[in-house]
Amino acid sequence: MIFKSTEHYILSPELALAVNAAVTLEKPLLIKGEPGTGKTRLAEELAASLGTELINWQIKSTSKAQQGLYEYDAVSRLRDGQLGSERVANISNYIKPGKLWTAFTAEKRPVLLIDEIDKADIEFPNDLLHELDRMSFDVYETGERIAAKQRPIVVITSNNEKELPDAFLRRCFFHYIRFPDKDTLTQIVLAHFPTLQADLLTAALEVFFDLRAVDALKKKPSTSELLDWLKLLLAEQIAPSVLHDKQHQGGLMPLYGALLKNEQDVALLEKLAFMTRRPGR
Amino acid sequence: MLISFFLTLRKYGLKSSITELMDLLKALQQQIIFASTDDFYLLSRLCLVKDEGQYDKFDRAFAEYFDGVDVLDLASLIPDHWLLPGLIRQLSDEDKAKLASLGGLEQLLEQFKQRLKEQQEKHAGGNKWIGTGGSSPFGAYGFHPEGIRVGQQGSGQRRAVKVWDKRDFKEFDQNAELNHRAMQLALRQLRRFARTGLATELDLNGTIKATAQQAGWLDLQFQSERHNAVKVLMFFDIGGSMDDYIHECEQLFAAARTEFKHLEFFYFHNCVYEQVWRTHQRRHADAVSITQLLQTYHSDYKVIFVGDATTGPYEITYPGGSVEHFNAESGEVWLKRLLAHFTNAVWLNPQPQAWWSHYHSIEILQKLMQNQMYGMTLDGLSGAIRHLSKRH
Repeated sequence: MIFKSTEHYILSPELALAVNAAVTLEKPLLIKGEPGTGKTRLAEELAASLGTELINWQIKSTSKAQQGLYEYDAVSRLRDGQLGSERVANISNYIKPGKLWTAFTAEKRPVLLIDEIDKADIEFPNDLLHELDRMSFDVYETGERIAAKQRPIVVITSNNEKELPDAFLRRCFFHYIRFPDKDTLTQIVLAHFPTLQADLLTAALEVFFDLRAVDALKKKPSTSELLDWLKLLLAEQIAPSVLHDKQHQGGLMPLYGALLKNEQDVALLEKLAFMTRRPGR
Repeated sequence: MLISFFLTLRKYGLKSSITELMDLLKALQQQIIFASTDDFYLLSRLCLVKDEGQYDKFDRAFAEYFDGVDVLDLASLIPDHWLLPGLIRQLSDEDKAKLASLGGLEQLLEQFKQRLKEQQEKHAGGNKWIGTGGSSPFGAYGFHPEGIRVGQQGSGQRRAVKVWDKRDFKEFDQNAELNHRAMQLALRQLRRFARTGLATELDLNGTIKATAQQAGWLDLQFQSERHNAVKVLMFFDIGGSMDDYIHECEQLFAAARTEFKHLEFFYFHNCVYEQVWRTHQRRHADAVSITQLLQTYHSDYKVIFVGDATTGPYEITYPGGSVEHFNAESGEVWLKRLLAHFTNAVWLNPQPQAWWSHYHSIEILQKLMQNQMYGMTLDGLSGAIRHLSKRH
């Protein structure tokens, strides 16, 4: 299997190699990178290109590893017991399979996305070690053993909020998605907006990379923000010449709200524009 | 079997394990790549390195190991790329400071490019560089401010540079000084202690008690989540010698603000005296006396000082030492009062650690802080946070 760039998703050769290695060797692939560089998109596109199911396990700060395997709903069983329901006798009525269970028992080798694993408690990755390694686990309540029919393709994303334990890292392949350079970004944009005028694109990318070069920004705009911004530019029919005009709205690019997500950044940019303007006078 | 490659990596301080080496060998056996050093670089990095902070070490190790293998190839490409890093080193300290602080300004960029052009002309026919340099050009790229990528201007040349020699991941290296991203990353580690223990939503004791009272009828009791209990006071040195670092400090400031609920900022100049300020304009109206501060904040607040500690020693140790006003009691006395109340305190110093011993004032403060002074690098920050998170 070779995973390549698709019509709407541009894949760097490095990432392609990483994905193909992980798929071939049946290892989980850990993806890190700036927000908005397409980490989650990768899993979606991979599943689409393989024509298989994507099982998305979105991690939150309250997520527990056990929830991925199965949950035993003791409270409702207790309640049923008090009400004298028939269901109580069979414990498996109260066991709800989690995402890993679903992935293990899927008919076709699925893509399992464990999204933003760093959001969870610090012990979370350790609790999944064995399950990801052996791809099997026991249900203690019923004594059943759930083993993977075939090893699912596991993609794990992290935003680097917490360090992951070494033992966990050792079992994964690791790839850091770097922010795309100008050429790659042009390809990505064209994949999304095939009819975009060349001069608008050049002007927009110039503004965008200038903006990213400002070190002090709290949140640098990323690919997904660029795409949103372009969409707006097109909708508002902004001419490329407006983008070249550095003094537009006191130095802010048109529709800057799509690129800058907090008011300190906007203020900073205005200040910088003001400072660059002054010596010219 | 790549054993010596593996050992080279270990020599450079990478913590790759044998299992990971096995993975790499397995991948090679499956012929995922075929006879290309570039692909091998990517594949081995994928298998052996698990943190972008380690990418730079890996690049250097890789360069060393493959230095011999590629020697013919390299010889034809060298001159341009030996020159550029060298030229960056030619920039004056002033330029570096400017670049570091204002890297984004277009004007400055232009200036920088022009400067570079001038320098290049001066050193035209620069074979001398190669002769006198003597040391390996790899790993000695010198000053490379983020955002201005000198090596990437000519598209024709760009392909020629070996990926690992570009050392793109240098900024992620743990010992390098902090940039914006690295700073936030490091401060996030504070969260580890800021959120000890996941909240228990079901109040088990309460449930048992209530159920017993109901004569066996289940009566579930819940309790509210526990909230972040960590409280932090930060003191920033501003004005004077700290102006060089003000940008870095503001970044630290920005990064810290999002991480804590109980977080208060104060500003001082050179040394803490009887009062500090709430805003960095240091307006008289914003002044808070230390005495008031000690009464307001309980001693379970953790205290972080940020300052270069580079002052005249008399500003710390003598009454009347302050450059701005007459202080009846010395800065040392006030600092000691603060430290006696807030036992859990660290000092972050943006000065490079190698210079510390050259300043008498740093030594004095080190002693006052009981050696809890840390450099403002990822390692330093982690050390400081480790100290803060100990229970006192």
